[in-house]
Amino acid sequence: MSSGPAFARNASDTVRSSADARLSVEQVSYAYSANPSQAPLFTLEATSFQAKPGEVVAILGPNASGKSTLLKLITGALAPLSGRILLNGFVTHSLTPRTRAQRIAVVQQESVLLFPSRVWEFVLQGRHAHGRSLRFESDDDLLIAKNALAQVRAADLSDRSMDQISGGEKQRVILARALAQQPLLLLLDEPTLHLDIAAQVDLLHTLRRLAAENRYTVVVVTHELNLAAEYADQVVLMQRGRCLRVGPPSSIYQRELLEQVFQTPLTVELGPSGRPRVTVLSDRQ
Amino acid sequence: MRPLTLRRLLLQCLILVAILIFVVVVAMKFGAVPVSLYAFGRDLLRYLFGQTSQISSDYGLILWNIRLPRILLAIIVGASLSVAGTSFQALLRNPLADPYVLGVSSGASVGAILALIAAPYLALPPVLSGLLTPLGAFLGAAATIAAVYFLGRREGVIDSNTLLLAGVITASFLYAIIMFLMSTVTSGNTRGMAFWLMGNLSTSYQKSVFWFLGIGFFIAAGAIYTTATDLNLLLAGEKEAMHLGVDVPRVRLVVYIAASFLTGLAVSVSGSIAYVGLIVPHVMRLIFGSDHRTLLPTTALGGAIAVVFADTLARTVVAPTELAVGAVTAIVGAPLFIYLLRRGAS
Repeated sequence: MSSGPAFARNASDTVRSSADARLSVEQVSYAYSANPSQAPLFTLEATSFQAKPGEVVAILGPNASGKSTLLKLITGALAPLSGRILLNGFVTHSLTPRTRAQRIAVVQQESVLLFPSRVWEFVLQGRHAHGRSLRFESDDDLLIAKNALAQVRAADLSDRSMDQISGGEKQRVILARALAQQPLLLLLDEPTLHLDIAAQVDLLHTLRRLAAENRYTVVVVTHELNLAAEYADQVVLMQRGRCLRVGPPSSIYQRELLEQVFQTPLTVELGPSGRPRVTVLSDRQ
Repeated sequence: MRPLTLRRLLLQCLILVAILIFVVVVAMKFGAVPVSLYAFGRDLLRYLFGQTSQISSDYGLILWNIRLPRILLAIIVGASLSVAGTSFQALLRNPLADPYVLGVSSGASVGAILALIAAPYLALPPVLSGLLTPLGAFLGAAATIAAVYFLGRREGVIDSNTLLLAGVITASFLYAIIMFLMSTVTSGNTRGMAFWLMGNLSTSYQKSVFWFLGIGFFIAAGAIYTTATDLNLLLAGEKEAMHLGVDVPRVRLVVYIAASFLTGLAVSVSGSIAYVGLIVPHVMRLIFGSDHRTLLPTTALGGAIAVVFADTLARTVVAPTELAVGAVTAIVGAPLFIYLLRRGAS
């Protein structure tokens, strides 16, 4: 799609950390403080991982473990204190908002609308970064938006109003808008938060399929251990601002490690799909 | 899918232009001295064909020297306030934002009054001293919206109710300053208190003022229009707009300056006309949708129509005396504001 020759130029800027990695997070750290003279309230210690096109990466960890901070750093909205994040060889933080939106799509937890628009209008917003500041949508834009809706099986929602569709449908439409951006990297911040179980499975299944079909690199922040195990190629496990381990689910999902990170007794077994499955035990057992 | 096309946009604007022309004709006809449509049409044709000598002199005087300038003023003021209102609503993500409700008009009034007081002491050439009032009004408007913006934030996020309260309190504080200035300063022509508090289109201005207003309006409104698609995305929140490729700080700055300028422009020549920036964008949004590419030009035309119409009512309802045009707009606007507030709360 939009990848290709545009990224091949400027070879001097391009740093090959790993031959075929699209996203490369290199020793990234961050500190947040309300007041510069005080000790930071929150720190993210040096974190590294890499992801290829078509790969799904899950960032896992309890609350306040630094998952969302890491995601914000990857979007380029925050500048890392040290280290760097490269997308196809470009530092994400130093791209202009427009260029960044052509390469990175972010799906937020919830999209609040002041004046509800139609679904198709909402999806067309994803084309904003590809057009000039003031212009009318081209036929290409419409086609891309239509395809994006079809890819998340929401083509029939096209003419509905955004405030008249269900939570699961809304999440799919928000995903369609991200697809309309034709990104290289798709970032999702707890996309399953307000969804019922069927919609959660459906969403992650869709993500898996899209990553394979469109060669996106997908990074998902989530609390859902089992969904991550089922659908992720790589898991980044975080705890209190530290990246504990990076690897495929089978190497991360170990009982002692997860019990220690999530502070709750649990068991890990192999599910029917050959991927690990976590059962959280209540205290009484 | 029915995306916006240039043709549809022009068609929508054309309909509003037709309505505006109709309202202007009505406004020309009605007033303390009635003018028959026949006489008006005849004089208009004569005027167009350059036979000005045949136009009866009092009709000519009333139509061209009194009513037409006033209508032009109403058009510019209405368009400016409506575009400013639309912009503030997008910028603050609040459908109730309006230059009058947020106290921005009062801030512009204070700035304009200070400029009028200071003008005689500065000994500027006449061209510059004429610009001093709109400049003062612009600075007053810009300072007020900045103050309201920061007062209306809670934990770094704009809170709708806090913002409105901050606006109302700022407005009442600025009223007090206006009253103080008006009752202590006697020098120069500072116009009446009612002018600044309620708005009034009866002041007559020189031709150069109209040129300044017209050009100023088109520059500021044009600057806002270049951000129309950015404003559409900004409605969903600054973070989301940024992720979709909007250069949020730049858009915020452009719209903030241009909308303050438009408010200052309108207030410096007509005082604080209430609720225009609230009613018109709301009605246009109901008719044409909330896409700013349509909304900005249609609110500009709608604002012109609304203020010309309101001013015609103000001139005729209690003729031969006059109502303040702000009283007419407030009678419509205040109930609408309450309705929107109640609907937003539920």
